[in-house]
Amino acid sequence: MIRDQETLDSLAETVARFVAERLVPNEAKIADDDRVPDDIVAEMRALGLFGLSIPEEYGGLGLTMEEEVRIAFELGQTSPAFRSLIGTNNGIGSQGIVMDGTPEQKRRYLPRLAKGEIVGSFALTEPEAGSDAASLRTTARREGDHYVLNGTKRFITNAPQAGVFTVMARTNPADKGPGGISAFLVDAGLSGLSIGKPDKKMGQKGAHTADVVFDQCKVPASALIGGVEGQGFKTAMKVLDRGRLHISAVCVGVAQRLIREMVTYASNRVQFGKPIAQFQLVQAMMADSQAECYGARCMVEETARRRDRGLPITVEVACSKMMASEMVGRVADRAVQVFGGAGYIADYGIERFYRDVRLFRLYEGTTQIQQLVIARGLLDAAKG
Amino acid sequence: MKVLVAVKRVVDYNVKIRVKSDNTGVETANVKMSMNPFDEIGVEEAVRLKEAGKATEIVAVSMGPQACQETIRTALAMGADRGILVLTDAELQPLAVAKILKVLCDKEQPGLVILGKQAIDDDCNQTGQMLAALLDWPQATFASKLELGVSDARVTREIDGGLETITVTLPAVLTTDLRLNEPRYASLPNIMKAKKKPIDTVDPASLGVDVAPRLSTLKVNEPAKRQAGVKVATVADLVAKLKTEAKVI
Repeated sequence: MIRDQETLDSLAETVARFVAERLVPNEAKIADDDRVPDDIVAEMRALGLFGLSIPEEYGGLGLTMEEEVRIAFELGQTSPAFRSLIGTNNGIGSQGIVMDGTPEQKRRYLPRLAKGEIVGSFALTEPEAGSDAASLRTTARREGDHYVLNGTKRFITNAPQAGVFTVMARTNPADKGPGGISAFLVDAGLSGLSIGKPDKKMGQKGAHTADVVFDQCKVPASALIGGVEGQGFKTAMKVLDRGRLHISAVCVGVAQRLIREMVTYASNRVQFGKPIAQFQLVQAMMADSQAECYGARCMVEETARRRDRGLPITVEVACSKMMASEMVGRVADRAVQVFGGAGYIADYGIERFYRDVRLFRLYEGTTQIQQLVIARGLLDAAKG
Repeated sequence: MKVLVAVKRVVDYNVKIRVKSDNTGVETANVKMSMNPFDEIGVEEAVRLKEAGKATEIVAVSMGPQACQETIRTALAMGADRGILVLTDAELQPLAVAKILKVLCDKEQPGLVILGKQAIDDDCNQTGQMLAALLDWPQATFASKLELGVSDARVTREIDGGLETITVTLPAVLTTDLRLNEPRYASLPNIMKAKKKPIDTVDPASLGVDVAPRLSTLKVNEPAKRQAGVKVATVADLVAKLKTEAKVI
């Protein structure tokens, strides 16, 4: 739902300009340094990028999903590491609070998350539990007016920078399924909470993931999201629906960037006396990329509109995430191909995108998990 | 002190300009438009004055078709307080713009008027000077630094061969040069808030200004295509070409 086209256009144009003028020129540097420099983080904060999805009453922009994906298309046009920095505050690191938090939890965290004063992080994945989220081993044991957390979380995005973690832990050991899981808000720096060293990753340098370890970590009972046990898995699934749609939009943005790079390069690279863009085999790679990218974009926009209308979106989101992430994988592969040898050389930046986009098919649910979600939706609907 | 800032809607500086096929002007249909970059510097300077407690209110003025409202909104998102849109489909030349601004200044009584030194579409570099003459106010053009006092302003100007520092008594007209400041990005929350700031719409006739063009454009041409360069293998080749072909040495 777009509330005001002129204002949204203005928001999108401002983000596009910031991306082009400030982020794109720094892509190689943040990959080399494996960090986003403080001045750029400060600019992203000043621009208001951390609070896109947080309601206006808590200092965010309160964008609708359709508006949010429009902004994500623009943010996607540069290294995904920049988007990752603000990604958790707008997505999995804040939405648990927005959707299911108590008024007190919202007041306590959302204004700071919206301003980017703290970074929110989402701790679901474990060494033994990824997509099978219901088999979580991290436990939260009630002791008086506290819970005591024990367990290890793995590949947690923005963990080294995080100020607050949304942690999924089992509160009911008797219930081995999703019903025994609760969600907690755990402040960084608590005794018994430690962060592993940042993982060495294939791509997305500058965005960090790490283990988060709970060893007799004591949190107040008020840290339980929504104040009710056993709701954590439901919260996590709702948060992921929204997060996956945002990721899908980012995939479309990256693909648009890569298509532009392909067209520019192919128009200038001369072989056999003419630009390679005039050869039909090269044109086919560009055309296939554009058609697939446009298809994914339409899916993302339509699913966003469905969410804004309050319709169920789990299957549609899984379709969008699968299509968009697989699409950008193929587009990045073709971009390397169009660039030829240059596509394999780091100076051109294309191989960096090729590595960066590989993650989109893995996190917030692998393609295979999206397939399962889609198939389950179909079969459930057939049962009636 | 009230500051009035003029903001012009022009073809975006990133757009590759194309001349219309009938040579009557530049193609503007379906072309991205944005605020003249020198005017953006003007808005930024006004916002900085306000943040420093030296300006109390910033009024952004734009003239032209309804779409100029977007340019005013950009100024409001950067920090201007309200806008005035002078709505007209007529072609506005610098003298007409200066006359309209004169009337608005008589009404608004600003202590300082800031304009870009020129607009990147027609490069006229006339409006600020004409406005100062019409108002009989001092002018400080091509400003690269502004220190605003209570009754005067110290302005550093970029001139051929160096910098000139002058003092003008207020009220005055200031035009901005490129190095006066680096404009900020309007923050996303401020873009949302700008929607709620007021914009008054007036038309030139109600201000009593005849905007009919005094100059007519005869023809607009694209610059001549440059010939492709050549690579030379040695310094000796280069010198020979400079002597025999370019004939510059």
